[in-house]
Amino acid sequence: MKHRMATAMLSLIGLFVALYLSLWKIGLMGPMLCGTGSCEAVQTSRYASLLGMPVAFYGVGGFLAILTVSIAGLQPKFAATRGPTKLLVVLGGVGAAFAGYLTYIEAFVLQAWCRWCVVSALLIVCVFAVALVGLKERPPDTSH
Amino acid sequence: MAGMKGFYVGLGAIAVFGAGALATAMVRGGASLPSGPIDISAIEEARGFGGYSVGDPGAPVEIVEFADFECPACRLAWVLIIHDVKQRLVNTGRVRLVFRDFPLNMHVNARPAHHSAACVAEQGKFWEMHDRLFETQSEWTGRSGAERMFRGYARDLGVDLDEYDACTREGRFRARIQASVEGAVSLGVGSTPSYLVGDRLYTFESYDQVKAVVDSLAGAATQ
Repeated sequence: MKHRMATAMLSLIGLFVALYLSLWKIGLMGPMLCGTGSCEAVQTSRYASLLGMPVAFYGVGGFLAILTVSIAGLQPKFAATRGPTKLLVVLGGVGAAFAGYLTYIEAFVLQAWCRWCVVSALLIVCVFAVALVGLKERPPDTSH
Repeated sequence: MAGMKGFYVGLGAIAVFGAGALATAMVRGGASLPSGPIDISAIEEARGFGGYSVGDPGAPVEIVEFADFECPACRLAWVLIIHDVKQRLVNTGRVRLVFRDFPLNMHVNARPAHHSAACVAEQGKFWEMHDRLFETQSEWTGRSGAERMFRGYARDLGVDLDEYDACTREGRFRARIQASVEGAVSLGVGSTPSYLVGDRLYTFESYDQVKAVVDSLAGAATQ
């Protein structure tokens, strides 16, 4: 069950990162804290929206889904089942692939880096990796 | 169970820290334009500003565009007319193009947009900001927090953000923008975009209309 705890914590951190980017995108944040990066250049580029919605919103939805599945998977009803872990692998895999695409855009198209986006990408890759490890674990013995 | 308790404590700690960090970031906003009344004497002093120009100062024809960055028709004119005017008439030395601020009160982000452009212009990048504002109009029109988006555009253009923030905080060009609006109204401008060519006001619908007027004025000038 530790992998579900880990994905819950990673996704909660990712959720706050995605929320920060989303709130900035809708104008509720101050200047973006980005150090020497180019967060605003990335976030105001045409690649920062997908199907008419800011990419950060998808991040909020994705991390929220992973958090929900992770916590649900820790409840006694689901703790012994592999379904939540499989779902985490799927969500983490789709998220990591999407993050990979966005990182490619940053590196080779925009040639600008948004540190928050990189952090978000690393978190979703970690979620995917942890979920994969969890898939190999034996389900806990609940026969007692 | 002890493990679960520790997990929930950890999750709670992340939630509290994250929420606190978000709240702090929301409170510390960027510089905003002052919203108080503009001093009348400052408006009087700013009346001499003739607008932002591009092209040969000795060009035979001057076109003065009165436009609003948040006006959809102005954006369309930027796409369909102004781009061609710059390429075919300004760059060939036939026309000097002047942009004058005419933010309409019905557009909530128009004045901040014009002020942002003025602050960027102070650092020599007005036309880049002009293009960026029209290009991105659909992203910020009518939205809250547009000022922060403008700041992002200014940052993309490489302006000194400390100076930009100081300009915004002071509302350094509010009076000048108001003077431009009042000047336009006194000339009879009632809608955007409007164009003053010679001593006549026009509302062009196409590049060809502009060219016809420029040709006639240039022809008259050489006769």
